[in-house]
Amino acid sequence: MIATLITQILGALTIASAMMVVLSKHPVRSVLYLVVTFFFISGLYIMMNAQFLAIVNLIVYAGAIMVLFLFVLMLLNLNKEAEPKTPTLTWVIASIAAGTLFIVLIGALKDIVLVTRPGDQVAVSNIGLVKNLGNTLFTKYVVPFEISSILFISAMVGAILLAKREKQTID
Amino acid sequence: MPTPTPINIDFYVILATLLFVIGAFGVMIRRNMIVLLMCIELMLNAVNLLMVTFSSYYNNADAQIFVFFIIVVAAAEATVGLSILILAYRQLRTIDISIFNKLKG
Repeated sequence: MIATLITQILGALTIASAMMVVLSKHPVRSVLYLVVTFFFISGLYIMMNAQFLAIVNLIVYAGAIMVLFLFVLMLLNLNKEAEPKTPTLTWVIASIAAGTLFIVLIGALKDIVLVTRPGDQVAVSNIGLVKNLGNTLFTKYVVPFEISSILFISAMVGAILLAKREKQTID
Repeated sequence: MPTPTPINIDFYVILATLLFVIGAFGVMIRRNMIVLLMCIELMLNAVNLLMVTFSSYYNNADAQIFVFFIIVVAAAEATVGLSILILAYRQLRTIDISIFNKLKG
């Protein structure tokens, strides 16, 4: 069962790098650990045979969004003293709250009954291949696909407008 | 290309829950606005992982399409959020989230 072992190692590495995103003091290191986390999540998608989403996750998340975050961090040019300190009481309370949230979520998900398939196995299906997903996307979900382009252009216009108005008030 | 073998679904459920909780924990303890946005991306990815898991489990393509749209919305959200963040930084010269309480009544 080498694939099971690979999946478990990928899961452990995902959790470890996600913890490093939260715990590392420097924001640039947080961004880089988040890129590593997305790579591991893409690996998990490949282990579930969701190849299209693995590639999209790499291109859009690790490629585009994280580069945007890095650009903003470089633009702001923060030094280490600018990093806000968290009080110890907040650490304690947040740890208790997060642990409680985890226990509640696991307790709620523990009793779910999965009906359609006997045995608790994630099967290997060809549903995540580009051909099948493309067929679904451009037949059943073609209207949301077109509307998402309107969402993108409105986000672009909004970002440009926000940047432009600020420049005029400076001058 | 190694052929993926079946794995227990409990593993993926616990993994996605743990990722979501780590993201929520980060939102609670960090006060840097950029790291807060990154923790939100982490929580979105936990949901994506769970949706892909159940999509494979039920052999249903709809959930993976929804994951695709979640990625689209996350890209738009990151763009607008970061531009608002730059605007706030130019006004106040800080990205500490606890400074931005001007709307408090």
